[in-house]
Amino acid sequence: MVKEMLKTEDLVYYYKTPDGKQIKALDHINLKIGKGEFVAIIGPNGSGKSTLAKHFNGLLLPSEGEVYVKGINTKDKNKIWEIRQTAGMVFQNPDNQIVATVVEEDVAFGPENLGIHPEEIRKRVDEALDIVEMKEFHKHAPHLLSGGQKQRVAIAGVIAMRPECIILDEPTAMLDPSGRREVIKTIERLNKKENITVVLITHFMEEVVNADRVIVMSQGKIQMEGLPVEIFSKVEKLKSLGLDVPQITELAYCLKKKGVMIDKSILTVEDMVMNLCRL
Amino acid sequence: MPIIIENLSHVYMPGTPFESKAIDNINLTIEDGEVFGLIGHTGSGKSTLIQHFNGLLRPTTGRVVVNGIDITNKNVDLKKLRSKVGLIFQYPEHQLFEETVVKDVAFGPKNLGLSQEEIQKRVKEALALVGLDYDVLKDRSPFELSGGQMRRIAIAGVLAMKPEVLILDEPTAGLDPRGRDEILEQIKNLHMKHKITVILVSHNMEDIARMAGRVGVMYRGKLIKTGTPRQVFSDYDTLKKAGLGIPQVTKLMKMLKEQGKAVRTDVLTVKEAENEILSMLRGKKHA
Repeated sequence: MVKEMLKTEDLVYYYKTPDGKQIKALDHINLKIGKGEFVAIIGPNGSGKSTLAKHFNGLLLPSEGEVYVKGINTKDKNKIWEIRQTAGMVFQNPDNQIVATVVEEDVAFGPENLGIHPEEIRKRVDEALDIVEMKEFHKHAPHLLSGGQKQRVAIAGVIAMRPECIILDEPTAMLDPSGRREVIKTIERLNKKENITVVLITHFMEEVVNADRVIVMSQGKIQMEGLPVEIFSKVEKLKSLGLDVPQITELAYCLKKKGVMIDKSILTVEDMVMNLCRL
Repeated sequence: MPIIIENLSHVYMPGTPFESKAIDNINLTIEDGEVFGLIGHTGSGKSTLIQHFNGLLRPTTGRVVVNGIDITNKNVDLKKLRSKVGLIFQYPEHQLFEETVVKDVAFGPKNLGLSQEEIQKRVKEALALVGLDYDVLKDRSPFELSGGQMRRIAIAGVLAMKPEVLILDEPTAGLDPRGRDEILEQIKNLHMKHKITVILVSHNMEDIARMAGRVGVMYRGKLIKTGTPRQVFSDYDTLKKAGLGIPQVTKLMKMLKEQGKAVRTDVLTVKEAENEILSMLRGKKHA
């Protein structure tokens, strides 16, 4: 029995530029992600977080080191389908991930390709759409949905494959605030209720507040790792890495510097109100 | 170049089962040299509205007058108008197509029929305006650059047309905080140095609070509120109805006020919130 869903050992990855230069995108990454964990990876553009994500289901293979998905080495060519069925990916742009002209057909695309019996597909599609709260739209045309709705359909398409782990690479980057909320709520539910391991890659700090663990990347390396409250309290370090902190986190930091006695663990507006009203 | 919008409505696919009123009787004047922020939920009509400003869409009813010229008039020289009113769409880097950075930025001015020297001059200026180094990048393919650089090249392509009005639809979407700060700083500089009128469409309330002198809120095709960022963001009920959030610190102040604390509710930045809370706490000590 393997406890780790994902594991990297001294993972190094080089990109080749068109003029033949090698660029080190990942620099000795050692990481273990447990079954059922909700891990958020944040970092500025070019920090290597998407490159790392693509290693988690064998879309990219390490230049050096190893990556294991549920104990299977991603270099094992015979097991690539098993790996991809275990670890599903959701990308940034929902328009690039939707293939069918009807929502439920799009969700059925994955399981169809697994050669699953039609009755079972029906069941999986209904369940998946239910989980992402898009059941009432099952006959709709995807291109007429909002961005948040489309992204939830894309997530349903992955869920219908029954993966044990979902990796989401900036799934909210192209969405408006309410679309972002819908998608994040869905992701949190997948983790808590369906017990799916979640790796969420983002540069919106406020989306990682409910993660079990936050990993901060920069220049191909893991720079920080810890609980959201631990990471968020290091305002200056985050800023030096080119990351933003939510206004509330920054405010808490500034107030504490001025000697106001508030908790270290303030992440939300509600926390801050409670703290200030107690003073 | 003031933009005057009078009783503007736009109906998509009229007379079909898909008929929908995207813009519903909008009246708005955007003054010369203003930075006007336009906010609204997806589908509220923001993009439809801005496409009227350079004649990409024609009103179903109503008028759009740019710099004294009624652009709904059939005889209007749209090409000339579009060189004055630059529109930068969402994800403009998807519109890059040339082999080199220089050729891509030069595409617009070349189509204006300018001389080779003038084109060269404008390309250099435009790249400098977006903070890119002409000598380093000129012969590079735009497709091997980073996302933030590609976006700035696309913006430079519009700036090379020397527009007097610059309309940007979600210019910071998908960029990390550093990329976002860079783009916003450059837009601010353009506005200050060249007195360009800027119309900024955004979902990001913090960006709008930081940039705009005046804000308009769209909801279901209507312009339901205009005012300074302070006025608009302290009107929580209108924003909630429009499906929009408010900056975190503004929300904090509103909630503190509801708890009976004596604080201002029109706070927009962390610094302002800090001062307000410090004086609230000090006030309590003296009481």
